[in-house]
Amino acid sequence: MHWGSWHDFWAMGGSGWFVWGAYGLVALALATEMLLIRVRVKRARETVRRTSTWLNRGSE
Amino acid sequence: MQAETIRPLKFGLHRFAAPPEFYRVAGQLIPWFAVAAALLAAFGLYLGFFVAPTDFQQGEVYRIIFIHVPTAWMAMFIYIVMAFWAGFGMAFNTRMSSMWACAMAPTGALMAFLALCTGALWGRPAWGTYWSWDARMTSTLILFFLYVGFIALHGAIDDPRKADRAAGVLALVGVVNVPIIYFSVQWWNSLHQGASISLTRAPTMAITMLEAMFVMMGAFWMYSIAASLARARAILLERESRSSWVQAMVS
Repeated sequence: MHWGSWHDFWAMGGSGWFVWGAYGLVALALATEMLLIRVRVKRARETVRRTSTWLNRGSE
Repeated sequence: MQAETIRPLKFGLHRFAAPPEFYRVAGQLIPWFAVAAALLAAFGLYLGFFVAPTDFQQGEVYRIIFIHVPTAWMAMFIYIVMAFWAGFGMAFNTRMSSMWACAMAPTGALMAFLALCTGALWGRPAWGTYWSWDARMTSTLILFFLYVGFIALHGAIDDPRKADRAAGVLALVGVVNVPIIYFSVQWWNSLHQGASISLTRAPTMAITMLEAMFVMMGAFWMYSIAASLARARAILLERESRSSWVQAMVS
């Protein structure tokens, strides 16, 4: 453990912006991707359900 | 319903290649990969920020390496796997493998984008510039454009099987770029530093730094697999929404 305080930790020896900027960007990007995938799966399921009603209507 | 019963996992490609089987097995595997990614990331970040020492040359800013190198490696590795499955799909006319290629492309593009961005944020304090038209950076930018081109070309063609073939050709041609990225630091005078790890030399990093990097690499690996599998399931539903097995699942 080489950080004297939380302030030291966030300062990253003066390069806080670069280090936390990089980590923040990666975290944001991965969170966004996970959200987009979730939305896509949900949409695909809805399409299947809609196709299902449409197919059944055709057969009746 | 048949699809809900849990049977022992069997890792045969032929089984995995059957859409209903893939859908079921992938659905079971995704949580495990996601949990593994989260645990490895937590452990890797702990090692990276609290165990790995300050670099004697670069100070603290080098800690970007724990996300920069894994994203850059994943960008290259995912591209090779994506091109392999795209080519496999073209050669053997297996639609599932082409869907896997499509599922990997956005994650690969994101990894290339993140490698470029984290590299820029590291380059500024280390070299005094966010960007330079240097061999390593330019070829990585081309990798990003290849991913974007693959996605765009696939999206531009309505018939999925024709789109698979057209995008597959692009993916295969683009493979030539991957060794160029990898060897760029040897072939050209580059601002970018050489490989930190090599099979023939001792690593140029402290062992704890290396450990943190490998753990983070594992985290990104697990994340990429989970993301690709989840997207592959969505693509499968999109493409086969009218097929009887998908219809049987919702009813």
